[in-house]
Amino acid sequence: MTSNDGRGWNPYLAGALSGLVTLFAVLTADKFLGASTTFVRTAGLIEQAVDPERVAGMAYFLKEVPKIDWQWMFVVGIFIGSLISAVTSQSFRWKAIPDMWAERFGMSVPKRALVAFVGGIIAMFGARLADGCPSGHGLSGSLQLAVSGFIALIFFFVGGIIMTRIVYGRGGRR
Amino acid sequence: MKQLILGLVTGIMFGFLLQKGRVIRYDKQIGALRLMDMTIVKFMLSSILVGMIGVYLLKDMGIVQLQIKTTILGAQILGGLIFGLGWGLLGYCPGTSAGALGEGRWDAVWGILGMLVGAALFAEAYPALKNSVLTWGVYGKITVPQMLGIHHWFVIVVFVLGTILLFRWFEKKGL
Repeated sequence: MTSNDGRGWNPYLAGALSGLVTLFAVLTADKFLGASTTFVRTAGLIEQAVDPERVAGMAYFLKEVPKIDWQWMFVVGIFIGSLISAVTSQSFRWKAIPDMWAERFGMSVPKRALVAFVGGIIAMFGARLADGCPSGHGLSGSLQLAVSGFIALIFFFVGGIIMTRIVYGRGGRR
Repeated sequence: MKQLILGLVTGIMFGFLLQKGRVIRYDKQIGALRLMDMTIVKFMLSSILVGMIGVYLLKDMGIVQLQIKTTILGAQILGGLIFGLGWGLLGYCPGTSAGALGEGRWDAVWGILGMLVGAALFAEAYPALKNSVLTWGVYGKITVPQMLGIHHWFVIVVFVLGTILLFRWFEKKGL
């Protein structure tokens, strides 16, 4: 299960440096890190292309206007930053199936695609209901000592632990 | 325009560190949820510690303002649980799915498509939720020090010490 693509950086160090990125964002753009609103704006932009009148009348798209903003570019940046890091450290791997998944469920691409797609639908619905994801609530909320951030972060993990028990069964610990 | 460039630059730095920390992989995210590998928890808590101390220093100097999200128990408990259930299936969260794609883990594409559908479905459900779940237990934009009625640096010191103890425990257990 171990991959042969190097060990990366110490997660404490990389995490601490990412905390400095938060400070950079707050100081330069008055923004805290977040990602899930971008999916709302993108969905809105796509729907707008099909039926602009309908989107214009929807309450949620009046609240989260479909447009390309700081956070939208931030999410694109995550893709680019990860790509740069992966390519320059020879850890880029074109993979359709994660190792842990393959060990349990085999190499079927449609099976993984279906579960990932359904998981994505559920996850984003929940994130929007909670008004944030592990970035917006988990990192940005918690670091500001927001009650909402801590509650959301705890329940993200509770839900995740329940689901991985369903998917992988008990006795996950090595 | 400046905001857009700043967003992109911030994202590149963040994505770079996510990849270096090896936290955007399915195996790492699910590994944490299966309580086998605490890499993402180490990364998140380290990020929170540095961000917390920095943001509150800057706030006390009057340079930045907090942006607190409203606490709604119905939203954060129910929404948090639902997110977690989906996360346990997908193995990526919204931000890390973009990063996972960046390092070639292209099963993230299915997740990204699913998340766009999930966002669209939420937009449809929003009017109904607004008058139900989103009214359950509304406490406003509150922080832990406000709730407890104590100074924020007291909470921060306790949080820092607690996190360091947790880190020591992770290392002792080899998580």
